[in-house]
Amino acid sequence: MKKRCVGMLLAGGEGKRLGLLTKNLAKPAVPFGGKYRIIDFTLSNCSNSGIYTVGVLTQYSPLELNKHIGIGKPWDLDRQSDGVTILSPYTAKEGGSWYQGTADAIYRNIHYIDQYDPEYVLVISGDHIYQMDYDAMIRHHEEKASDATISVIEVPWEEAPRFGILNTKDNLEIYEFDEKPAEPKSNLASMGIYVFNWRTLREYLLEDAAKSDSDHDFGKDVIPAMLNDEKRLYAYRYEGYWKDVGTIQSYWEANMDLLEEDLSVSLNNKSWRTYSQDTNFPPQFIDSAAEVENSLINSGSWISGTVKNSILFECIHVGRSSHVNESILHPHVKVGSGCEITRAIIMENVVIPDGTVIDGTTEPEPVVIDSAYIAQLT
Amino acid sequence: MNTMMGLINLEHEHDFLEELTYFRCGAAAPFAGRYRLIDFTLSNMVKSGIEEVAVFTNHKYRSLMDHVGTGADWELARRHGGLFILPPDWNDPTDISRGDLRHFHNNRDYFHRSKADHVLISGSQFIANTSLDEAFSHHLHTDADVTLITVEVDEQLPEHMSQLRVEKGEDGKVLALTNDQTNGTLFTNVYIIKKEVLLRLVDQCIAFHKDHFFFHGVKENMDDLHMTSWNYDGFSLFVNSVESFYRHNINLLDPDAYQRLFFDNEYVRTKISNEPPVKYRTTADVKDTLLANGCVIDGSVENSVLFRGVKVKKGAVVKNSIIMQRCTIEDGVHLENVVLDKDVSISGGQTFIGSSEKPFVVAKRKTI
Repeated sequence: MKKRCVGMLLAGGEGKRLGLLTKNLAKPAVPFGGKYRIIDFTLSNCSNSGIYTVGVLTQYSPLELNKHIGIGKPWDLDRQSDGVTILSPYTAKEGGSWYQGTADAIYRNIHYIDQYDPEYVLVISGDHIYQMDYDAMIRHHEEKASDATISVIEVPWEEAPRFGILNTKDNLEIYEFDEKPAEPKSNLASMGIYVFNWRTLREYLLEDAAKSDSDHDFGKDVIPAMLNDEKRLYAYRYEGYWKDVGTIQSYWEANMDLLEEDLSVSLNNKSWRTYSQDTNFPPQFIDSAAEVENSLINSGSWISGTVKNSILFECIHVGRSSHVNESILHPHVKVGSGCEITRAIIMENVVIPDGTVIDGTTEPEPVVIDSAYIAQLT
Repeated sequence: MNTMMGLINLEHEHDFLEELTYFRCGAAAPFAGRYRLIDFTLSNMVKSGIEEVAVFTNHKYRSLMDHVGTGADWELARRHGGLFILPPDWNDPTDISRGDLRHFHNNRDYFHRSKADHVLISGSQFIANTSLDEAFSHHLHTDADVTLITVEVDEQLPEHMSQLRVEKGEDGKVLALTNDQTNGTLFTNVYIIKKEVLLRLVDQCIAFHKDHFFFHGVKENMDDLHMTSWNYDGFSLFVNSVESFYRHNINLLDPDAYQRLFFDNEYVRTKISNEPPVKYRTTADVKDTLLANGCVIDGSVENSVLFRGVKVKKGAVVKNSIIMQRCTIEDGVHLENVVLDKDVSISGGQTFIGSSEKPFVVAKRKTI
C-alpha cells in the first residue's frame, strides 16, 4: 500500500485566544464563512491536491471535530485503502500521554505513516484559511532535492517580528530559522506547512523524542536540528490569501475578507472547491421587509430585517426592523425584532430577544455573544 | 412483518412540463429552489420508516438517476434494501403483461425479497412534507387491504381535475371512486396495499390483459377489497402542468406556505451539493424570494425562486420568475413571469415578459 505522500493534519490545538469560540470545541472545528469549519480549508486543499491519505491529529475537545470529519465523505476522503484517519492520543503497553508538541504528535503516529511507506510527509495544521496546491509544493521539494521544504509567505516588514521568519539564500535555501526576531533579516514567514522526506524526518523524530529537554516542536526543535546538521532545507513561496485565525479579531477579519471580491480565497472557485458537510435545509427566504447587502447567507435562513456586511450560517432568523451589521451569526441563531447588532459574533443556537442592542464597535475586538450573555441581560 | 416497502410508480405520469420535460421525466423536474419533485415522495417514505424504495420508470430517467444516485442523501444507500431504480428491462420470453403491469411482472423479485408485508405506492406529483405513520397505523388497525391517502380541498384548482374523488363512509371506508368534480375529497395517488393482495391483483390483471394496476387491479375490484382511506390535513399541493408548477413555486413565497411545507416537519431531503452560501453584493436588492446556495446576486430580484448557483448581474431585474440551476442573467436584463431551465444564460440588456397563466419558458442550456 505504498503512497507517494501522507498528509498529517495537526488539529489538536485549543486556540486559547479565541476565548468563548473554543470553549467547547477545538479551533479547527470553529464555524467559518457561513457554512464551513476552519479545518475544511485544509481538508479541501488535500483532496484538491490529490492527497488522499490524511491523518488528522486531534486532542483538545474533539467531539465536534470528529463528528464533522466523519469518514471524510465531503472531501472524497472516504476510501478503501487510505482516506482520512482520526489519530487521537492513546495508551499502549508502555503507558501513554497527551501529545507533547507538534513533532511528538507525529512521532507517536510513526506506525500510521509507516503503513504507507511514503516518500514524503506533508505536515499542515487545521487553523489557517487559504487555498493552496500542496502538490506544487511537493514538486518544488523534488526539484530542489530537499530534505525538508517549508512554505513561506511574504509579510510586511513591520509585522515580521510576530512570525517565525526564515532566512534564505537567493535560491531559497534556508540557512536560519528566526522565531519572532526583534530585528528580522527577512520578511518570509513560515506558514507552518512542511514537506519532509519521510526517511529523514523519521530519524529526526526518533532523535528528538529521546531528548528530555526538547519541546518536541517542529519550529523550535526539529527544523533547527536539521539546519544544524546542514540538511537541505528550502523555502517554497506561496502567493495568495493566507490567514491565521488565532484571535477573535483575525477570525472576524478573515470572515469579512470573504465579502471582498479580489481575494484568491473564493468560495465560488469551481476549480478549487472548499467542501464541507452539507445540510438539507430549505432554500433561504428573503421576505418583503428584508434588505440584504454585501453578505453571505446560508440555507434555512429566514430574513425579515436588514443584514449588511455580515456572515450568516444556516437557519438564521432575523426579525422585522432588526439591523445586523458587520457581524457573524453562527448556525440556528434567532434574532428577534427591533434588534441592533453591530460587530458581534453570535454563537450557535443563541436566541436574541426583541429590542436587544449589541454594539461591538467600542470594544478592541468584536464581541462574542453566548446564551449566558443573553441570560444576564434580562 | 408489519412494515412497509416503498414504490414510486412513474409509468403513467406524463411529461407535463413541456420544455422542462423534453429531456427529463416529470419526477425529476426542479421545484422550490433546491428540490426535484420526487424528493418529497422519497423523503416522506423515508420519514415513514421505509428502508427500501423502488422506482418504476420507463423513459427519460437519466436525470432522475443522476439526482438520486445511490440514495445516500435519503439514507437509502444500505446493505439490505435501499433504493432500486428499475427502468424497463424486459427479458422474459413468456411475458404477456402490459402497461405498468410489465414493471410489476418483471420486478416481482423486489416484492418477494422484502420482509415487509405492506407496500406504500405513490407517484411524484403529490407534494407534502409528512410521515405516513398514522396512515399506516390506520391501515393496520382496520386490517384494510388497501388504504387510500386523501386530501380535502376547499377550492377546485385546474390541477385537481384529473384526481379521482373519494366517497367515504364510516371510519374512512371507501364507498366509491368517482370523477365528481364537486367532491372536495381528492385521492392523492398515494396508497398502502397489502403485499399479498398486490401480488394477487397483479397476476389477475396480467391474466386479463390489463394495463393499469390501480384502475384495473384496485379500482375495478373495489367490491371484493376491504378499502379504507386516511385523510392528510397538512399543507399539500399537486403539480401536473406548467401552470400549476409555476403557480406553486411562486406560492411558496407566502411565508405561511413556506413555513408549513418546510418547517412543520423534518426537512425534505434532496441531493447534497456543496455550494457556498448565497453571496449578496453591495448593489443587491432582494425581496420576497427563495434562494438556494451558490447564488451570487448583484441585481434586483423580487417575488422569485432562484435555484443553486444562479448569477444575477448588476442592473438586471428578475420578477415573478423561476430561475433554475446555474443560469446567468447579465447586466440590464429584465425578466418577468419567466421560467428558465438549467444553465440558461441571458445576455445583456434583453427583456422577456410572460404572463402568470402562461409563463415564458426557456429550455435547458439555451443562450439567448
